[in-house]
Amino acid sequence: MKNGTLLSYDTDLDSVQLQPLDERSRHLRRLIFRAIENGGRGHIGPALSLVEIIRVLYDDFLRHKPADPLWRERDRFILSKGHGCLALYAVLADRGFFPIEELDRFCHFDSFLGGHPETVVPGVEACTGALGHGLSIGLGMALAARMTGRDSKVYVLMGDGEINEGSVWEAAACADKHRLSNLTAIIDYNKIQSAGSVFEIQNMEPLADKWTSFGFRVSECNGHDVDELRRVFREAAAAAAPSDRPRAIICHTVKGKGIPVAENNPGWHHKSDLSEKDLLAIRGALGS
Amino acid sequence: MRKRSLDMVHALARRDERVVFIGSDLSPNLLGEMKKEYPQRYYMEGIAEANVIGMAAGMAMEGFIPYVNTIATFITRRCYEQVAVDLCLHDLPVRLIGNGGGYVYAPLGPTHQAIEDIAIMRALPHMTVTAVCDAEEMTRLMDATLDWPHPIYIRLGKGGDPVISKSERGFAIGKAIDMIEAEQGASDVLFVTTGVATTQALMAAGALAADGIRCRLLHAHTIKPLDADAIVDAATKARLVVTVEEHSVVGGLGSAVLEALSDAIVGPLPPLRRLGIPDRFSAHYGSQQALMEDCKIDAASIGSTVRSLLARLRQ
Repeated sequence: MKNGTLLSYDTDLDSVQLQPLDERSRHLRRLIFRAIENGGRGHIGPALSLVEIIRVLYDDFLRHKPADPLWRERDRFILSKGHGCLALYAVLADRGFFPIEELDRFCHFDSFLGGHPETVVPGVEACTGALGHGLSIGLGMALAARMTGRDSKVYVLMGDGEINEGSVWEAAACADKHRLSNLTAIIDYNKIQSAGSVFEIQNMEPLADKWTSFGFRVSECNGHDVDELRRVFREAAAAAAPSDRPRAIICHTVKGKGIPVAENNPGWHHKSDLSEKDLLAIRGALGS
Repeated sequence: MRKRSLDMVHALARRDERVVFIGSDLSPNLLGEMKKEYPQRYYMEGIAEANVIGMAAGMAMEGFIPYVNTIATFITRRCYEQVAVDLCLHDLPVRLIGNGGGYVYAPLGPTHQAIEDIAIMRALPHMTVTAVCDAEEMTRLMDATLDWPHPIYIRLGKGGDPVISKSERGFAIGKAIDMIEAEQGASDVLFVTTGVATTQALMAAGALAADGIRCRLLHAHTIKPLDADAIVDAATKARLVVTVEEHSVVGGLGSAVLEALSDAIVGPLPPLRRLGIPDRFSAHYGSQQALMEDCKIDAASIGSTVRSLLARLRQ
C-alpha cells in the first residue's frame, strides 16, 4: 500500500487479500449473485467486502428474532453504507427474515428488495442509501435504549468513502459527548471508493487516530477472517460499561472479495452489464 | 410565539413520557426548567443540524416524539436531505420548530431569513407544514402535535405578535379558519393567508370592509395538508382571491392555493393574486415590518393592491 500511514496498522493487508473463504461465506456470495443475476444489476464490490462482517454480527452477536423483526429487546444493525445491501439481503434471507426466493426479485417493480435497503424489508432498521446518515440515526437509537433502560446495542456499518461525509463526524463527536458505549461504528475499509483509490480521492488517514481523537475506543481486524471478527466484536462488547466510550472497529477488507476479477476493481463497484464471461468467472470462483 | 411553543414542549413532556426536546446550540438556559425536571429527555446539542435530525429520527424509530428546535433556515436548508430521508421517508413523528420564519431576522440578513422554508418543506412527502398567527394559536397547534403521526414543520413568528385567533373557532391540523364571522358566503375578496401575514390581511380587510368591500379571510395555519375543500368552495364564491404570506411567491401558500384551485376546477379559475416576497434575497436589513412593507405585504399595501385589482375587474 503506497500510503505510509497504513503501516501503523497491525493487520497484515496481504493476509486480508489472501484470506480464504469458507463454505458459508461462499454460500452467502452465491445468494448475492442469485439476486444480481435476476435483478440484472447491483453494487457488487461494495457488498462483497462486507459479507463476513454482517455474517459474524448476525451469526454470533446480534440479539434478534427473524420471526419477530421488531422484537423490542433486539440489538440494532444499520447498514449506513446502503449500497452494500445485497450482503445484508443475503444474510437476512439466509437467517429466515424473509424467503430466499425474494432474492430472485431484486430490483423488480413490485419487489421489496431495492438497490438500497428500506424498512419494508423485514430486519432492515433504517432506510439508507444517501451516505452519512446511519451513525446519527444509530446514536439516536442508542440514546433511546438508554432512556428506556434497555441494554440493546447498536451497530452502524459505514463505508470508507462514506466517511468523507461531514455528518459522520458530527455524529462521532456527539456519540463521544453522550458516552454511548452501546454504539459501535464499523468501517468497511476496502480502500476503493467509486471513483478510485480512497488515498487519491479523499484520504482519511490516519483513520484509527481520527476515530480515537473523536473519543472512540478503536480496534482493527481482517474483515474477512471470521475468527478475528468474532474476537474484536467480543472484546468490544465485553468492555462496554454504561458510561464508557463508543466503539469503532476498522475492518480491513477487499472490495469484490471472493471473485478474483472483481477484487480491487473499481469497474465492479456497480454492474448492470454482467457478460457470460463475467458469470462464468463468478461461478468458477464460488462453485454452484 | 417562540416562548409559547417551547413552554408547550415542556408541558407536553409532563403529559407524555415520549416527548423529547433537542436544541441545536440555542440560548443559555433555554427550557431550563424542563432540563431540571427531565434531564434524560432534554438535549442541547452542538451546531450540527444534520446530526441532530438523524438523532431525532433514531429516537422516533424507537417510539419517542422529538421536538427539535433551531433557526428556521438551518433546520430546513442545512439538513434538507436528513429531513427528507431520515424523517419523511420513514414518516416519523418528529417536530421541527423553526425560529424566525420569514423576515423575523431582518437585521441579520439573507442567511437567517427563512423565505422558502414553506416551499421546500411542502415538497416533501409525509411532511406537515404549519405557520400559526399568534401565541394562543401556537398553544392549540402544539396540543394537536402530540398525536399527529407524521413529521411536522412548525414555523415561528417573531414573538409578541398581536393575538387575533380565538379559541371558539376551534383548531385542527389541516383545517383553515374563517377569521371574519359575518362573511362566509359570497365575497368581493377572499384572502387566504398564513402565519403573521394573517394579521396584516385582517387589518387590511377591516379597512376594506369600512368601504363596503365584502371580505372573507381563510387563515391556513396548515399549508400542508391544505384545506383545499374550504378554499375551493370560498374561492368560487369570491370575485377575487388574494393570498398573503411572508414567504417567497415561489412554492409557498399562494402556489399551494393555485394548485388546489387548478386541481378542483374544470374551466376558468377565479382571478387570483399572490402577495409575498418576490423571488430574490433581500437587499435590505432594518425591521421585519420594514421588509414586509418593501414587499407590499403590510396591511396598507395589501389594502391598496386589493382596491386596485377590484377596480381593474370592474373595467
